[in-house]
Amino acid sequence: MTDSPQAANASTGVTTDTADAFLDPTASLRHAPGPYFGEYGGRWMPESLIAALDELTDTFDKAKADPEFTAQVAELNRTYAGRPSLLTEAKRFAEYAGGVRIFLKREDLNHTGSHKINNVLGQALLAKRMGKTRVIAETGAGQHGVASATAAALMGLECVVYMGAEDCRRQALNVARMELLGATVIPVTSGSQTLKDAINEALRDWVANVDTTHYLLGTAAGAHPFPSMVRFFHEVIGEEAREQMLAETGKLPDAVCACIGGGSNAIGMFHGFLDDPGVALYGFEAGGEGVETGRHAATITLGRPGVLHGARSYLMQDDDGQTIESHSISAGLDYPGVGPEHAYLADIGRVSYEPITDAEAMDAFRVLCRSEGIIPAIETAHALAGAIKVGQRLAAEGGDPSEKIVLINLSGRGDKDVATAAEYFDLLPDDSAEAEIGKDGEQL
Amino acid sequence: MTTQTTSKAAAAIDRARDAGRAALIGYLPAGFPDVQTTIDAALAMANNGVDLIEIGIPYSDPVMDGQVIQDATVQALKNGFTVERIFDIVEGITSQTDAAVLVMTYWNPVMQLGVREFARRLHEAGGAGLITPDLIPDEAGAWIAASDEFGLDRIFLVAPSTSPERMERTVKASRGFVYAVSIMGITGARTAVSSAARAVVDAAHGAGAERACVGLGVSTAAQVKEIAAYADGVIVGTALVAALRDGGVEALSELTKDLSSGTGKS
Repeated sequence: MTDSPQAANASTGVTTDTADAFLDPTASLRHAPGPYFGEYGGRWMPESLIAALDELTDTFDKAKADPEFTAQVAELNRTYAGRPSLLTEAKRFAEYAGGVRIFLKREDLNHTGSHKINNVLGQALLAKRMGKTRVIAETGAGQHGVASATAAALMGLECVVYMGAEDCRRQALNVARMELLGATVIPVTSGSQTLKDAINEALRDWVANVDTTHYLLGTAAGAHPFPSMVRFFHEVIGEEAREQMLAETGKLPDAVCACIGGGSNAIGMFHGFLDDPGVALYGFEAGGEGVETGRHAATITLGRPGVLHGARSYLMQDDDGQTIESHSISAGLDYPGVGPEHAYLADIGRVSYEPITDAEAMDAFRVLCRSEGIIPAIETAHALAGAIKVGQRLAAEGGDPSEKIVLINLSGRGDKDVATAAEYFDLLPDDSAEAEIGKDGEQL
Repeated sequence: MTTQTTSKAAAAIDRARDAGRAALIGYLPAGFPDVQTTIDAALAMANNGVDLIEIGIPYSDPVMDGQVIQDATVQALKNGFTVERIFDIVEGITSQTDAAVLVMTYWNPVMQLGVREFARRLHEAGGAGLITPDLIPDEAGAWIAASDEFGLDRIFLVAPSTSPERMERTVKASRGFVYAVSIMGITGARTAVSSAARAVVDAAHGAGAERACVGLGVSTAAQVKEIAAYADGVIVGTALVAALRDGGVEALSELTKDLSSGTGKS
């Protein structure tokens, strides 16, 4: 146990080397390799899965360094996902944000309608490299499930998606989407029947079928190598955005905003700016009905460190360490954990994490629809609401607000959220079929 | 494996070995359906041939457990079980029997109470140590220190997928015995014992483990007998939980007696 520095310091979860690197203020924060991010991350996993995690780590490390693999990813991004995604200046939306300039990184225009495609294409390629014939995935709202089913169809892999039984009922059309794409959707009836239980069930499947199966985890959380690997496939967001911002405005933005559930879209975006000290980074968590109500998913704001699903990170839990159910109007942010790299970036103060309530998110949702002709995902609306606050703060600092720039990761489109939004804004006649569906939280 | 005469689990296994049998290890979730029943049920197991008692802490996200144990632990939590009570249960059992008592727990509840504090209180309650299904030695620095301080057993798991290098490290880090997972999967009764079980036990012994016990999927006396031929102990969980659920302490006692008839080495 004490034959390496890493093992010797395992009690704190900090390796000697990385701890020193993290203490050096001039050290780059980019490309953090894991397994630890400060005292977070690691592998809090059953031994049965360690061999699979080792195989995945090894395959990923080799693939990253293989020009053939990176060319394959780039080609799929260009010809299938629709990258590079656009950068759009939101001039009318900006009026709500103190008059600062607002730019939207349009991940909503990717194939399948969100950033999720970046990760699933990369991981599906890795699954093929490992000779796996089957992928499994968890999904909450269905976005990652749909993306996984898409990548599996494209690459000829069998796909099984675990989804909380309650979510299956609310998201019947997303279940149909996955089935149209050839995936099998298994409703999860254990525990609280939500996203965290879908992950538990996927892990149970993985333990039993690890020889043939890759677990295509949908966010930058979980055991090493998932947090750094999922980030790697999303780094393209921040890289493109940084170049596009420089090309459009000749400088870097003052602030970058993203929404945080597990945190994959945010970490991909932030990565492009981590080493730019002049760029303030903001992650907006789901404040649900308000953090004071207890019904929220503001993991970093109100959680405390613990281990769940393989990583040490901030966690919503009771005194006994039992996971607490999270709440958010946005199913994609409704997760009681958060990726370990975010926990670290929060602790060192590089990224500010703030909660946005359901009501604030829905206000911003409507503002973007009406000011820019873009219907965002409700997840993304949390980033928009946060950006309005950030823009107003920047404007309040004085000077010409139009000299200030805020970049928002528009992580997904809101087509899936139309019924929820219509119900929220009371747009449906009481006797319409859609109103009936909307009452049950269905998302079209 | 560190051999210390203070290892209660090792002592229990060695007593069985001296009597020409493999040790029988029986699992029950704490607080199912309530704390007193757990104590009564554990004592009933001890009186009917179980050498080591394994008490599981109910946890919200038990990724290594199948339906039967999941349902039981959900019930225990609904009935108000809190981690605090595990020490009452351990003390309630150890004060009335010589059987060694191990606690099986996912790691977050231990981390939240504080690893050292958990170890201190487990020791105080007379517990033997911990079985840790989602803690690998790589992450166990704090637990290794605390278990050394309080003389507690550390039961890590090894699996059919465990590499020879990891096998060696895990065996070294363990104290009491190593838990050989019989199959790539989760807890739950299975009709046949996987042939992988024997290979895992052989690999553990080959890596220096003095005691390797097989768990996962074992539910009948015939399976116990098959495993007893090559392993130092046999772990039964789901079948006992189902017996307690369906027929109370009486049915649990019957099944324990039956299972223990299979532990003979000859």
